[in-house]
Amino acid sequence: MGMTVVEKILAKAAGVDAVNAMDVVEPRVDLAMSHENAALVVNQFKEIYQGTGREPKPWDSTRIAIIFDHRVPAEGPKTATNQKLIRGFVTLHGVGKFHDIRGDRGGICHQVLPENGYVRPGQVIVGTDSHTTSHGALGAFAFGIGATEMASVWALGVALNIEVPPTIKVVVNGEFPEYVGPKDLILHLIGRLTAQGANFRVLEFHGETIMAMSTSSRLVICNMSVEAGATSGIVPADDETERYLRTEAGVTGPIERILPDADAVYEKVVEIDVSKLAPQIACPHTVDNVKPVGEVAGKAVQQIVIGSCTNGRLDDLEIAARILKGRKVAAGTRMLVFPASGRIFTRALEAGYIQEFMKAGAVVMNPGCGPCLGVHQGALGDDEVALATTNRNFKGRMGNPKSEVYLCSPAVAAASAITGVITDPRREGR
Amino acid sequence: MGKVVLKLGRDISTDDIYPGRFMATVLPTETPLFCFFDRTEFNNKLKAKAIPPGSVIVADENFGCGSSREQAASTIRGHDLIVVARSIARIFMQNAINLGLNVIICPTIEANEGDELDFAPGKVRNKTSGREFAMVPLPPARQAIIDAGGLIPYTRRKLLALPQR
Repeated sequence: MGMTVVEKILAKAAGVDAVNAMDVVEPRVDLAMSHENAALVVNQFKEIYQGTGREPKPWDSTRIAIIFDHRVPAEGPKTATNQKLIRGFVTLHGVGKFHDIRGDRGGICHQVLPENGYVRPGQVIVGTDSHTTSHGALGAFAFGIGATEMASVWALGVALNIEVPPTIKVVVNGEFPEYVGPKDLILHLIGRLTAQGANFRVLEFHGETIMAMSTSSRLVICNMSVEAGATSGIVPADDETERYLRTEAGVTGPIERILPDADAVYEKVVEIDVSKLAPQIACPHTVDNVKPVGEVAGKAVQQIVIGSCTNGRLDDLEIAARILKGRKVAAGTRMLVFPASGRIFTRALEAGYIQEFMKAGAVVMNPGCGPCLGVHQGALGDDEVALATTNRNFKGRMGNPKSEVYLCSPAVAAASAITGVITDPRREGR
Repeated sequence: MGKVVLKLGRDISTDDIYPGRFMATVLPTETPLFCFFDRTEFNNKLKAKAIPPGSVIVADENFGCGSSREQAASTIRGHDLIVVARSIARIFMQNAINLGLNVIICPTIEANEGDELDFAPGKVRNKTSGREFAMVPLPPARQAIIDAGGLIPYTRRKLLALPQR
């Protein structure tokens, strides 16, 4: 029986000839990523060794990545102390893929990993962040796990008791209309599948639209695959993957390309033609409450947020800066921009985008997760409405259960910043 | 046997179970304080120890969707509550198993706050309504982690079977 991309990756990582959906495997892990929640991982890791007479020592420090991003710089003493504890662990065990709070190499884990060449096609990547699905954009099988599961990976180097997820094939064709892009595609797909439509499944992306996409755009769709419940999203590695890895991530040496077998078994096939897709928006309080922007246009917005692991890359900042150029953020609306990494921040500066944001009246913040998870920076007041390029709009997401979060593309966010109300970018764009 | 103390709808997110603003709290001894924090009345009852261990939260589909934050499982585990849901999101499900939180997938469950539920092998009985509902059995690989007492003892056993580094 033919195998899907993830089945092939898992078979190889588990050292077996073939696997099928629902088999249980223990794949070796190529990269184990965590962020500030590494503090909990360290605790649980030590706990595993209690009473064993063995010293807690990770299976392979070179395969551990720790990136501070969720609460940077620390919002309070508890986070600061957690970060201090992690730095101690990193020094003790020589964790090289450690990205502390730094302008030149910091940022959000899901951007820092690809841009530093840590992600390769065919790898098995686990991360203590649900959006670890992002790394499927480079042909890896990447999925989110909890801190205790990560502690187990640190101890053993394998992911225990993994059920091979069934795969849903998503075939995307057609050319995006102006001001419509990957964020609109993934919001539309989540709306169709529902928030649990891909639970315990993999979304494997194919079609001419996906083939024509940049790695940056593929990161958007794989990032949000988890919002349909998916274990992971994946785009099979191709020429674009190789281009990104060679020219942007500085990768040398062989790059593996794993393609699905022609007779691979898919649970189902979903087909999408993007040529008639309108800009999309996810309305409160679930990510699958998706509508064309036109249906909610005119709703007043107090906070616009552009950035995050979903849409904080250079092409996202470019389109927002282009729409905002020479214009002002509407009175009564505040706009926050946070690039996904220090490297992107620097490039956005060099390209002049940051100046456009500042001149328009936006506030540009340091790279990191920013307001997305409602911990620090950009909390909402009672009854306030935010429009964000981030990936979640659950009740309370931006720190206040009495507020509302809408999700959209950078183009919709920028167009709405100018008017102060939810706006179709085809109206304000140029 | 347990009484239903909270009935919830579909897509209950980890932000609802354990708001992001408490994520710097990681110790399982402290996380229970913030359980369903923004559902103030329920959280107050938990803090006042007015809800006995073994009480039940009943939810519709996709319980625990969202973040991988393990606090969402440890916060409920800290109060020894049982979760019965029509379906459960993947990462939350795995976190629950790893930490020993009792979660039951019961695709047709119907129960209201105040109902008494009884747990028998393979089924949930609503004693108040007199109806029975089949539960989805866990795959053997997951059951093995529960039988070991959670992922930490399970991993410890695997570790000790390996040669010392």
